Amino acid sequence: MTLKEILPGQRCIIEGVGKKSTLRKRIIDMGLTMGTEVTVKKFAPMGDPIEITVRGYELTLRLQEAAEIFVRRLADEH
Amino acid sequence: MSIKIALVGNPNSGKTTLFNELTGSNQYVGNWPGVTVEKKTGKVRNCPQDIQVTDLPGIYSLSTYSLEEVIAREYIESSEAELIVNIVDASNLERNLFLSLQLLEVGKPMVIALNMMDVLQRRGDHLDVAKLQKELGVPVISIVAAKGVGIDDLVKAILNHDRSVPPFKEIYNPIVLKLVKHLEKELKVEISSKMHALRFIDEGPSAIDGHKHEPIQMAVLNEEVDRQLKDYPLDRDMIISDEKYQYITALTKKILTKNVDAKVSLSQRIDEVVTHRYLAIPIFLLIMYAVFMTAFGPIGGTVKSAFEYLINDIVIANIASFLINVGVSEGLYSLIVDGMLGGVGSVLGFLPEIAVLFLMLSILEDSGYMSRAAFIMDRMLRRFGLSGKSFIPMILGFGCTVPALMATRTLENERDRRLTMMITPFMSCGARFPIYAVMAAAFFAQDQALVVYSMYVLGIAVAMLSGMFLKRYVTKGRVSNFIMELPEYRMPTLRNLFMHTWERVKGFLIKAGTVLLFASMVIWFMSAYDFSFRMVDDSSLSIIGSIGKTIAPILSPLGFGEWRASMALIVGFVAKEAVVSTMGVLYGVGDVLVSNPGALSGPLQTVFTPLSAYAFMAFALLYTPCVAAVVTLRREMASLKWTLIAIGYQTAVAYVVALLIYQGGLLMGLR
Repeated sequence: MTLKEILPGQRCIIEGVGKKSTLRKRIIDMGLTMGTEVTVKKFAPMGDPIEITVRGYELTLRLQEAAEIFVRRLADEH
Repeated sequence: MSIKIALVGNPNSGKTTLFNELTGSNQYVGNWPGVTVEKKTGKVRNCPQDIQVTDLPGIYSLSTYSLEEVIAREYIESSEAELIVNIVDASNLERNLFLSLQLLEVGKPMVIALNMMDVLQRRGDHLDVAKLQKELGVPVISIVAAKGVGIDDLVKAILNHDRSVPPFKEIYNPIVLKLVKHLEKELKVEISSKMHALRFIDEGPSAIDGHKHEPIQMAVLNEEVDRQLKDYPLDRDMIISDEKYQYITALTKKILTKNVDAKVSLSQRIDEVVTHRYLAIPIFLLIMYAVFMTAFGPIGGTVKSAFEYLINDIVIANIASFLINVGVSEGLYSLIVDGMLGGVGSVLGFLPEIAVLFLMLSILEDSGYMSRAAFIMDRMLRRFGLSGKSFIPMILGFGCTVPALMATRTLENERDRRLTMMITPFMSCGARFPIYAVMAAAFFAQDQALVVYSMYVLGIAVAMLSGMFLKRYVTKGRVSNFIMELPEYRMPTLRNLFMHTWERVKGFLIKAGTVLLFASMVIWFMSAYDFSFRMVDDSSLSIIGSIGKTIAPILSPLGFGEWRASMALIVGFVAKEAVVSTMGVLYGVGDVLVSNPGALSGPLQTVFTPLSAYAFMAFALLYTPCVAAVVTLRREMASLKWTLIAIGYQTAVAYVVALLIYQGGLLMGLR
């Protein structure tokens, strides 16, 4: 599944990032590397973009970019 | 002996604050990614040795993703930068250290300034600074730039640095390390050979563009790298960054102890409300409304009264009585009172409102709200061919178009950036406000605020529709990305707010004292003399009258084919404030305009109708931005063609909109 499908409040682990591109490079340079835990915090009022927490900071990206990031969902704790 | 240092760090890491602490200069500090759009240089104060600091744009990586990264990377790798001071936000350690690792590989002497240690302490986290220093092999100095803590230690560390190059950290897998050794020998680069080798693995031969290499040999090398890394689980261009982060993850585990029962921070709580799914947009509109109401409503009005007292009862009164006492000639009195005071004074009267607007924009910038607004508005702006990141330049455009155009550098996508630059001038800048104020006072006494407000709305509407139109026909290109950090909210400091507002007010005053003063004097001269340099009584016979009358017919379909109005618009190209100052001079009411902005009402009412006045306001809002903005546009677009397209488009839109307002209004029976 991709980051796009993760709902607010859910956590996931990054398993891969799409095709070779400058976008992928940027995503990785911002710390979204393999095995990194990501929490989806919220969607913007119009449903796009989304806000995530990664490596202790807040980052926003569009669904279109989130769809390039492959993840494994972590089980809810509550 | 002097030394040149480059200040490098992530956006929002406190770089510019540190620069100001080091040099004592008042650099602009904001809380949105991309405040420093160009490099700035200053000297370290109170220092026995000459240290020159260059503040570079904040960057996340030494890649070439955005224009800011290109600027920073080129400077860091040039021979000019002798020592790197890398500022690291300790409260956001992992991502900041990524850039640090890249900088260490540049192979230049380096010092790390570990900023925001107070934030870390407040959270209850613990960071082992000594261990970090030992691991990285360069001096690490703890500082709190905003409070000036640790700056002396940092300067000492720079002065005492033995100029040794940081050791290469072998944090990569054995295949990569072997390749680095091999590539180092093959690539003919004089400096930073390891960095270039790593970059070659990362990007391929394009990484060493600008160096003399045989393309065939490079292709062979490139294939070899491909072959060696064939079985590695990650693609070649991901390995270097991935392994840097692996190292960082392991490192932070060793040196950073997080407070497990940390409370939800205030910043997070604010954010939950401000970017709330349903509340975000109402809050956004409320904030925008508050900004304008504060500037142009009661608060701005109160400041204005105080300011008027100062100008009228002190400045003007003294100058006038002085001139009468000295007994100057009629011509000189006219030059000073009608030309200089009339021109400059007419604009100066609006300084209070503009200053309050600048203050409000500074609060927005410093608090961190700008990037949230970009987050909230991205979806909507995309419909108009723009990006959430276009939003920051657009808001800044309400202050002044020039810094707004520079702020477009944070847009990585060339198409987005160009489109944003084309529509930003439609946002009504502070200099255009006096035009509306004067016109609204003369023709819409009942609904002044509403009429002025409608101009701002018109500007936004035209900008949006232009985006829709231009994206389809003019600026085609690939789909853009939107990846942006949302920095923590910060309480704007009074010192910063004062500095920002003063910087901009100073710019306004300097413009009034130079450009506007000069333009007013020229206009006065041209309106007092005819082409044979005889003084004329009827200014319609003067030089300017003749020129104005030639141009006026072009504008008469818009309802203001009057020569003085036409001239005012032409002079407005020098600076938009000059529209009002020129009218002040030409309608001969300059000297009383400061004390009474309504003084222009009488003369204007003989020339304009409410309808043509409204068309005039719309035209003044939309037509070509001032010369300073055009020069900036030319530089930022790096294309004369696109600059001309932009100005041509804006002027054409102004003409069409004013025409529609006037002719449409006539058809509806308005006048």
